[in-house]
Amino acid sequence: MSPNTRPKLEKRLVDAKYLLQEAPREKHFITGAQAMAEAVKRASVDMAIAYPITPQSEVMHLVGDIYAQGHIKEYYRAEEELGTMSAIAGASRAGVRLFTATSGPGLLRGLEAIAAWPGHRVPAVLGVLTRVVNAPLSIQPDNVEMAYLMHCGAVMLHAENQQDTFDMTLAAFAIAEKVDVYIPVAVATEGFFVTHAKGYVDMTAEDLALEEFDPVAAPVPAMDNETPPARIQRDAPVQKSNFMSYLIHAVWQQEIWDSNSRAMKYIYEYLGGPIEVVNPDADVFVIASGCAAAQGREAQRYAEEEGLSVGLIKVRAIRPFPTKEICDATKNAKAIIVPEHNAIGWLCKEVKAAIPNGGIVTEGPRVFGGMTLPVELIMVEIYDALGIEHNIKL
Amino acid sequence: MSMKYITPAETFKKYLPKDYVELVDYGPFGKSQEEAGPGNMGQFKELLEEHPMCSGCWMAYFIRVIFAALPNPEETVTLGTAGCGRLAISQAAVPFIYGNYGDQNAMASGLTRAFRLRFPEKHKDVITIAGDGGTMDIGFSMTMHSWIRGEKFTTIMLDNEVYGNTGGQESGMSPQGAVLKMAPEGKKFGKMPATDLAKAAGCVYIVRLSPTNIKKAAQIIRRAIFVAREVGPTFIHAYTSCNIEYSIPTEEVFKDAKEKEKGRFSFDEYMTDAAREVIERVEAEEKAARKARKEAMKAGAM
Repeated sequence: MSPNTRPKLEKRLVDAKYLLQEAPREKHFITGAQAMAEAVKRASVDMAIAYPITPQSEVMHLVGDIYAQGHIKEYYRAEEELGTMSAIAGASRAGVRLFTATSGPGLLRGLEAIAAWPGHRVPAVLGVLTRVVNAPLSIQPDNVEMAYLMHCGAVMLHAENQQDTFDMTLAAFAIAEKVDVYIPVAVATEGFFVTHAKGYVDMTAEDLALEEFDPVAAPVPAMDNETPPARIQRDAPVQKSNFMSYLIHAVWQQEIWDSNSRAMKYIYEYLGGPIEVVNPDADVFVIASGCAAAQGREAQRYAEEEGLSVGLIKVRAIRPFPTKEICDATKNAKAIIVPEHNAIGWLCKEVKAAIPNGGIVTEGPRVFGGMTLPVELIMVEIYDALGIEHNIKL
Repeated sequence: MSMKYITPAETFKKYLPKDYVELVDYGPFGKSQEEAGPGNMGQFKELLEEHPMCSGCWMAYFIRVIFAALPNPEETVTLGTAGCGRLAISQAAVPFIYGNYGDQNAMASGLTRAFRLRFPEKHKDVITIAGDGGTMDIGFSMTMHSWIRGEKFTTIMLDNEVYGNTGGQESGMSPQGAVLKMAPEGKKFGKMPATDLAKAAGCVYIVRLSPTNIKKAAQIIRRAIFVAREVGPTFIHAYTSCNIEYSIPTEEVFKDAKEKEKGRFSFDEYMTDAAREVIERVEAEEKAARKARKEAMKAGAM
């Protein structure tokens, strides 16, 4: 069927603020993959491009289904991830709303194109359903790939659970398309632990959807020969090797990172801020993102039951990184514990670089290669930090 | 709105760069091939006038021909990748998208589909123009898959048989035996069968040529664009020598192109029946329009 003759569904189009914060919601028990696809269904997406990789595949299967139902105008399976991410970059020049998702090795394969998205001012949303990237092979959850994405310029959100996945994916479209942001937003969550597990998600009604993409509201006009100002190039100094090209690149990339910073106010507006703090007056903080935050939340609860002064800082936004917020929240902290689902400890490095007293940070606990993160691992660090004897056997 | 989009308001004209205003007034936007086609290049304001290529560059000449031949430059977007070609293409007065290495056909797939979504009533011509390395080596998978998927845009390969822009390395399109960088003992295997691959992958109009005949080259470019609008992927494989890396004296560049035309760049045109139908229809319409214009001119002169 020609994409132009697809049935158009009756929907009420609303703004992001209403959709995310005011619209009535109903509780569903669904997987993380479903939550991401349900968000895409409500985002008036014009075009989605798919390529399989475990554990992401389920997301783009479901997006394919909602395309077939008429919620999305165009969808196809690309040749591989570099082809996918490049096609997103191409389609974006025509002024449309775009979505794709990938995992681990797929993210790295597509990274050449993804790293260029911000500079090309591509306001697409990218789902990152994390998995091992390095050898020996494993298809299991491990979020080391996020470390590679952190330096590309994209806004990055990290979902703790199915509810976050739904809310963050929907908010991602609104944030990406703000004229003073207009760079891609990646929504990451752990493969399998979230994508393939069910959780409760409060969702808006299916016939409520985000307002259509506005190709005119852009800092850089679409290359459609329609949207002014005319984008006719008679000389393109960026294509040359001269001082002008170096300067243009430099100011352009500065603007990308400024755009990234400017996303912060929208993270406050739509998601309640880049961090969540539980027990703000605690002596010891667990700082974690994604699934590790769920385990950190449990550890904090155990500690509280034992009467220990332990708090949790859940980091929702990895880019822009909430340096100021974390500094403020930890200014009286005596110890910080950073549990992670990767070997290198990228969050730990970010936290240490953000605060003035990095020496109080415990590096870990870290699990990787697909291992789960038992709460006891975090409890051991809490007891050690507080100088409490324990007999937890790991 | 495309013509309107590039046409400055009368009151605003005096504030715009002269170059821009003249391009709109005297360039090929909204004009026929007789008024501003490659047959009389140099007599109208061209989309690509200046270029930073080497003296005697055959590729620069062919890129000028491409832009002069465009049936509808005001509705055209070109895409390219790393290589000498993009230095000139980016100076043409047509939007140009430069992506990553060899990804022009993947980008064009997304762009073409998105254009068809947003402007179902219009033909937005999408053309990828890349070198032999970008099209057949690093971009091979994305080139092939765009054809296999039947993406409706035109692919033009500027084949200079070498990585010219990076300093003269062997490419998949270099001829066997050529001594080049990274092939210190000469290339051990022959040219990749680009047009055969295009045919196997489902291109509906395919031409291999050494563009020595300017009018013929322009006709082929236009045919490829017209067919891509309606039928499917089209491919032009053009010889655009690198006189630097192959040490061709400037004054012999044309002679070399003529020689290649007798050899591995012998003219070859393939089209499916559906492509032929489009070509015959469009060319008959153009002929009728030419005739009508001539008659109108005659009537006006009397």
